[in-house]
Amino acid sequence: MDLKLKIWRQASPTDKGQFVDYDVHNISTDASFLEMIDILNDELIEKGERPVAFDHDCREGICGMCSLYINGHPHGPEAATTTCQLHMRKFKDGETVVIEPWRAKPFPVIKDLIVDRSAFDEIIQSGGYISVTTGGVPDGNSIPINKEHADLAMDAAACIGCGACVAACKNASAMLFVSAKVSQFALLPQGKIEAHDRVKAMVAKMDELGFGNCTNTYACEAECPKEISVANIARMNREFIKAKLG
Amino acid sequence: MSSSHFYSSITKKIIMSLMGLFLLTFLLVHLTLNSFLLFDKNLFNEGAHFMGTNPFIQVFQWVLFAGFAIHILYGIILQIQNWVSRPKGYKKRAWMEQSPFSKYMIYTGAIIFIFLAIHLGNFFFVKMGWVGNGVPELGGKEDMGQLVIDLFSNGGYVAFYVIMFLLMGFHLDHAFQSAFQTLGLNHPTYWGFIKGLSRVYAIVVTLGFVIIPLVIYFR
Repeated sequence: MDLKLKIWRQASPTDKGQFVDYDVHNISTDASFLEMIDILNDELIEKGERPVAFDHDCREGICGMCSLYINGHPHGPEAATTTCQLHMRKFKDGETVVIEPWRAKPFPVIKDLIVDRSAFDEIIQSGGYISVTTGGVPDGNSIPINKEHADLAMDAAACIGCGACVAACKNASAMLFVSAKVSQFALLPQGKIEAHDRVKAMVAKMDELGFGNCTNTYACEAECPKEISVANIARMNREFIKAKLG
Repeated sequence: MSSSHFYSSITKKIIMSLMGLFLLTFLLVHLTLNSFLLFDKNLFNEGAHFMGTNPFIQVFQWVLFAGFAIHILYGIILQIQNWVSRPKGYKKRAWMEQSPFSKYMIYTGAIIFIFLAIHLGNFFFVKMGWVGNGVPELGGKEDMGQLVIDLFSNGGYVAFYVIMFLLMGFHLDHAFQSAFQTLGLNHPTYWGFIKGLSRVYAIVVTLGFVIIPLVIYFR
C-alpha cells in the first residue's frame, strides 16, 4: 500500500518545528506502524536526510515507550492498542496519515516525535511506591487479600505510563495515570499504610508539573491502550477526600 | 499558572461539583415553582410571595448567589489552567470525549451566565425596584405571575428563552454525572443508573423550563 504522511519535524526542543510531507510506497499491510516509519527512515538515510526520531523499545505493547498521535488519536485509531501493535491493514491505500508528538506543557518535545515524559517519573518518585524494610521474604499467603481488590489492583497496574491519557485529554490532565498508580497501591494491604500521604503527594506533584484538571470527558479511558478505567479516577478522588479529612 | 496558588486540582473540582449539585437542586425547586404558572397564576404568586418574604429564603438567596459565584469563579480558574496545560494544540484531533457535552462546558457555562444576568434583570431586579416599572399588582398584592406572562407574550423573548434552556440542558447532561465522578461516587453497580439519571434530569429540567413559556405564548 502507498501512504501520504504528514510528520511533525522539530530538530531540537527550541526549534519551531513544522509538518513535512512524505510519500511511502509498497508498504505491506502486515507491517506494523513503527516498521512503516523504519522503512521511511531507511529511505531518508539513503538520501542523506535526517531520519524521523520517535520513541520505541519493546515493540510488544508492554513497555510504554511508543507514543505518536496518529490521525487525531494517541496510538492511532485502533482501540486498546499501542502504536507498536498497530498494523498498516488498519489504514486505507492512498490515505493521508498525520503523525504528531504528544502535546502537553509537561511533555516538551525533545526531537521530532519524541517528548520528554520524565514528568511521570517525578510523579512516581513523589509517592508511587511502598516503603519496605528489607529482611526475609514473607510468606505469600500471610496477608489475606480480597480477590476482587487483587483483580482491580492488577487492572490498575496494567498502566504502562505511556502518556496517551494526557495526550488524549483536552485539558492535558494526567488524572488517569496518577489514579491508576494510586489505585494499585490503595487497593492492597501493603499500600494502605502510606495511602494518605501518597495520594496527597502525587496529586500535588501532578499539579506542580502543570498537568491540566480533569473535567470528566472520559477521553482518556477511550484512548488508553491498556483500557484503564476512569473508575480509578473516582477512587483517587475518594482517597484524596479521605486523606484530607483523615 | 501553578494550581498551588489556589487549592489542589481535586479540591477545586470538589468545590465545583458541590456547588454544581447545589445549583442542580435549586433548578428543580425553581422549575417546580414555575410549573405552578401552567395551572394557577395565584398559586404561582403565593409561591413567589413565600420566596420573597420568608426570612430563611431571604438569607438563603445570598447563599445561592454565593454558590453561583463560586461555581463560576472556579470554573474559570480550572479552564484557564487547562488551556495553559496545552500551549500547542494538535493539527488533527479526533472526537474522543465519551461525555459529549463535556467539551463545551465553559462555553455553555458562559452562555448560561449571560442568560442569568438577563434573567435577574427581568425579574429579580424588577422585584427589588432596581429597574423597570415595578411588579404589576393584583388586589393589592404583587402579581409576579403577570410579570412572567407579559414577558412570555413576546415571541422573540420566548425563542431566546427556549434556546438558552436547550444550551443549559447540554450543560446539565454532563454536570450531574460529572459531579458524582468527582466526588468519587463511581461504583460499577450504580454508575449506569447515575449516568441515566443525569440524562433524565437534563431532559426533564430542560423540557420543563421550555414548555412553560411555549404554553403561555400559545395559550
